[in-house]
Amino acid sequence: MSQLFEFLLRQGDNALVLGHRMSEWCGVAPALEEDIALANTALDLIGQTQLWLGYAAEVEAAGRTANDLAFRRDAYDFRNMLMVEVPNEDFGRTLMQQFCFDAFQVPWLTALTASSDTRVAEIATKSVKEAAYHLDRSAKTVIALGDGTAESNARMQTALDYLWPYTGEIFADDATDQAMAKAGVAPLPSSLKETWQKTIVQTLSAADLTQPDSTFAHSGGRSGMRHTEHLGHMLATMQVLQRSYPSAVW
Amino acid sequence: MYAQMIKSEATKEDPEMLAAFQARIDAGEKIEPKDWMPEGYRKTLIRQIGQHAHSEIVGQLPEGNWITRAPTLERKANLLAKVQDEAGHGLYLYCAAETLGVSRDELTEMLLDGRMKYSSIFNYPTLTWADMGAVGWLVDGAAIMNQVPLQRTSYGPYARAMVRICKEESFHQRQGFHVMMAMVKGTKDQKRMAQDALNRFWYPALMMFGPSDKDSVHSAQNMAWKIKMNTNDELRQKFVDETVPQAEYLGLTVPDDTLNWNEETGHYNFAEPDWSEFFDVVKGNGPCNTDRINTRQKAWDAGKWVREAMVAHAEKKRARDSRSVRP
Repeated sequence: MSQLFEFLLRQGDNALVLGHRMSEWCGVAPALEEDIALANTALDLIGQTQLWLGYAAEVEAAGRTANDLAFRRDAYDFRNMLMVEVPNEDFGRTLMQQFCFDAFQVPWLTALTASSDTRVAEIATKSVKEAAYHLDRSAKTVIALGDGTAESNARMQTALDYLWPYTGEIFADDATDQAMAKAGVAPLPSSLKETWQKTIVQTLSAADLTQPDSTFAHSGGRSGMRHTEHLGHMLATMQVLQRSYPSAVW
Repeated sequence: MYAQMIKSEATKEDPEMLAAFQARIDAGEKIEPKDWMPEGYRKTLIRQIGQHAHSEIVGQLPEGNWITRAPTLERKANLLAKVQDEAGHGLYLYCAAETLGVSRDELTEMLLDGRMKYSSIFNYPTLTWADMGAVGWLVDGAAIMNQVPLQRTSYGPYARAMVRICKEESFHQRQGFHVMMAMVKGTKDQKRMAQDALNRFWYPALMMFGPSDKDSVHSAQNMAWKIKMNTNDELRQKFVDETVPQAEYLGLTVPDDTLNWNEETGHYNFAEPDWSEFFDVVKGNGPCNTDRINTRQKAWDAGKWVREAMVAHAEKKRARDSRSVRP
């Protein structure tokens, strides 16, 4: 597996898996406006998935398509960070998850717009506009729910405490990251930690939420070494038609 | 048709006022929120627009059922966008209803406690991917039959909401038809799914227009008020006439042995749906009535803390802002 292919899978799988989680809210969100907003975010992420996985399939040059990559790989071939695959639980966790992701994604995609790989730069240029909007909305919602009532504050703190150990993986550079940085395709994720941290601190402070002390970080998503148990269930649902009727065209 | 069997409310106003009101409607004028209107007109519209709005919201569920299982990224995005449009339609319609003096929350409570209804069609399950085709093709197709004329309905906010909704609905219908096309061109399994979907949705789609007009006691007043624009039977016939050739084009068989073209009338003869089944569904005994309302109730209850927090935050923010502008 080439390092560029691996890198592209990470981008595409983050968007696919988080987009899928967001799409699970369709029809059952707390208010109509939220239902519509979550569907918008999911749609943006599915659109980004098509671009990243489409390019990944080209780079792989093995005759697979973006749909093959999305619907015909098993969990251990997925390269998304663990944080985006955990279940929704409640609206608070979904928004906190979205926020922690967006706070990274905006500086990350901004950096990728200057990638030495022009296709990566093009995809990033298109996606960063969407990500900026997502961050604006998720940060405001985290603040509103943190500030709102005693119950909402407690729920947001619970969500943050749950997600926090998954955030460290975002910045744990590995061989793929080193190779991409060397080739000028992408910066090292660790180089964006400070920017991310600043957004987190500002937002949590406005939301009256406390950043957990722990620096422990789960890992295994970006490498595919050890996903959570949740991903397999998501894929069982998501891939059912492609797996059950492999010769069908939809 | 997302509003069925809308009972017309009696009205007891001054006959002269009523006559003047009717004259405005007859002249094709739009009635706007601040205009005088008979109490019966207002209440009937609340019932109709509310039922229509609820149908959009509950209608998200049978299609939402397949978003997480859509077979390709393109289909997933299309379906999600479609179901999102339905939420948007619900929003416009609740806003239109609010202009008549009833809040969205009040309407939602009435849906959940059974005082208000939604279209019977959404009490049927979606069992295979072909149902995403059938729902778009038949259910949105039937809805369009009713909603296109409602763009000329007498109540301004409702008519304007309908203009936006119709544009999106016709797109949805085409999208549904394309899903069906892919299925009938596909494998043996896919063709079987497509025929099965038509078999299950044909009669429920015919029921969407409501019982025959000869059994409908409220049509006359609602038609005079231009809340209802066509009779149920007219719309049902139009739907059959347009849909049968489409089924033929798809190579699917409409599940009606009596179906035939009548040269004399220039319309298809077709079998009536089983109206006892329709009344069962309306009474709450459809295949999914309980599950649909339970799902909405659960979402409403689970979202309570979010809605309360949003309101509390807005109030705190207002208080902080007003303090900060004081000298």
